[in-house]
Amino acid sequence: MKEIVVISGKGGTGKTSVTASFAYLGGEETVVADCDVDAADMHLLLQPDFSKAEDFYSGEVAIINQDECIKCGKCAEVCRFDAIPIIDTQYIVQPLDCEGCGYCARVCPTNAITNESQNVGQWYISNIKTGSVMVHAKLAIGADNSGKLVAKVKNEAKLLAKNRNSDFIIIDGSPGVGCPVVSSLSGANFVVLVTEPSVSGLHDLKRVYKLVKKFNIKAGCIINKFDINENVTKEIGEFLKKENIAHISNLPYDDNFTKAMTVGQTIVEFDKGQLQTILTESWSKVKQLTINN
Amino acid sequence: MKIAIASGKGGTGKTTLATNLASYLAEKEEVVLTDLDVEEPNSGLFINADLVKKEDKFKMIPEWIEDKCTLCGICQKVCNFHAVIQLGTQILVFPELCHSCYACSELCPTDALPMIPQKMGELSHYHRNKLTFIESRLEIGQEQAVPLISQTLDYVDRHFPNEIIKLYDAPPGTSCPVIEATKDADFVILVTEPTPFGLHDLKLAVETMKELKKETGVVVNRFGIGNDDVLRYCKEENIPILAKIPNSRKIAELYSSGELIYRKLPEVKQQLDGIIEHIL
Repeated sequence: MKEIVVISGKGGTGKTSVTASFAYLGGEETVVADCDVDAADMHLLLQPDFSKAEDFYSGEVAIINQDECIKCGKCAEVCRFDAIPIIDTQYIVQPLDCEGCGYCARVCPTNAITNESQNVGQWYISNIKTGSVMVHAKLAIGADNSGKLVAKVKNEAKLLAKNRNSDFIIIDGSPGVGCPVVSSLSGANFVVLVTEPSVSGLHDLKRVYKLVKKFNIKAGCIINKFDINENVTKEIGEFLKKENIAHISNLPYDDNFTKAMTVGQTIVEFDKGQLQTILTESWSKVKQLTINN
Repeated sequence: MKIAIASGKGGTGKTTLATNLASYLAEKEEVVLTDLDVEEPNSGLFINADLVKKEDKFKMIPEWIEDKCTLCGICQKVCNFHAVIQLGTQILVFPELCHSCYACSELCPTDALPMIPQKMGELSHYHRNKLTFIESRLEIGQEQAVPLISQTLDYVDRHFPNEIIKLYDAPPGTSCPVIEATKDADFVILVTEPTPFGLHDLKLAVETMKELKKETGVVVNRFGIGNDDVLRYCKEENIPILAKIPNSRKIAELYSSGELIYRKLPEVKQQLDGIIEHIL
């Protein structure tokens, strides 16, 4: 069982559309994990049935019992996150600012502070239209710890893949280079980088690849909308060569990308032309590169 | 006046709007544009300005001093993030897990874990004519964006008076970095595109901003693709549509080469005027 992670650095390059197409092409053999828990969108294309839903708790938030509080101010003094302001003569913890370090509770002389574990979202196992299963999640509004939820989604997907004897897990990662991305990369066998030929696309690709290198994972790249700017496409090609990243394919600027999404389909279902052909070939290449790795 | 430009979904045009709006406003008055998407900062690719200064930004992490340590185990016990671990007669610190809460350091009875600075990123300050541009970038391998965003906000607050218009290019998503980037804003512009992904993530962003009690307005980018669901949603939720930037290959091409679109396309300038009229 091999893990394939799709990331992009920059958002909006077509990462999720490509991942969903691979999931569709992978059919029953491929377990799907949506690790972009901040803005999870893949469920809009794969018709999940949410057959299992569970709350996810991670991290803590401090709560002050006002009856026990003697207003000494020690908690506010040690809090590095300015999370305990005085409101109407009471010390009140602001949950959005609290990091859950628990320092305040440790210095409170009257033990008036307790830490409650925080519900940071829900995660789901769904049957999807590909005949396989998908693990996905919804992060609670403003919640911390998305990296931990990503790890949870990935681990559940691994368990399912093992039980089903699946060949592949395909993972939709999040944009950026921070904790959720780090979390989705750990343990991966192959990385697919989806980029676009814009100055920002290339800039972000270079940054996120630095991170991939730290993990020592082999990568391949798909250039979406390659015909928007042939010069930058060339530059990206040179970068891929220099870094020994497999250049998987170029996808043209095509309205069918958004049209497919608008009717809730993956591109390979909706498009019967060049996009379907290129993506089908791309998926074969990705599988081959992953297995050979 | 602090205006944050955010979006749930990535790649909807936050940076395009932030850089165009800032440059357009700066034709007439002082503007400070700050790129808070510290994981993947892009605004700088569209701004031509001169470097004023560059400074390293640090987060504080504990450093173990073996000679002072009595191996009492308190540090490990008080760290809620498992960033300090006692292994035999060694104390191991994992900087990437550390939240800089100081608990281990200050509760250590023998001062064996003083806090020392570790570089987490770099802040650059640029200026030309009436436009100031501040950018912070996270070091690759650093996982937490929030401390760097917070220090960048402090820098802007310290160096520029409140009366100046301040625009903030926020990171995508709805989790902690976005909260940090928008929590001090007087107004939040949410950029979306009229597609199912755009709408789904816009709803998340709107919920987040409601939680923060922020006044919001929506800019629909790539208007013309997808369907009308975003417009319908905004109407139901009573969120003003500040602008509709048309879908055009020309815009995509200008953007791809790092150019400001309002200078080439008068229809975009008109849309920016609409936003300015509504907010300022």
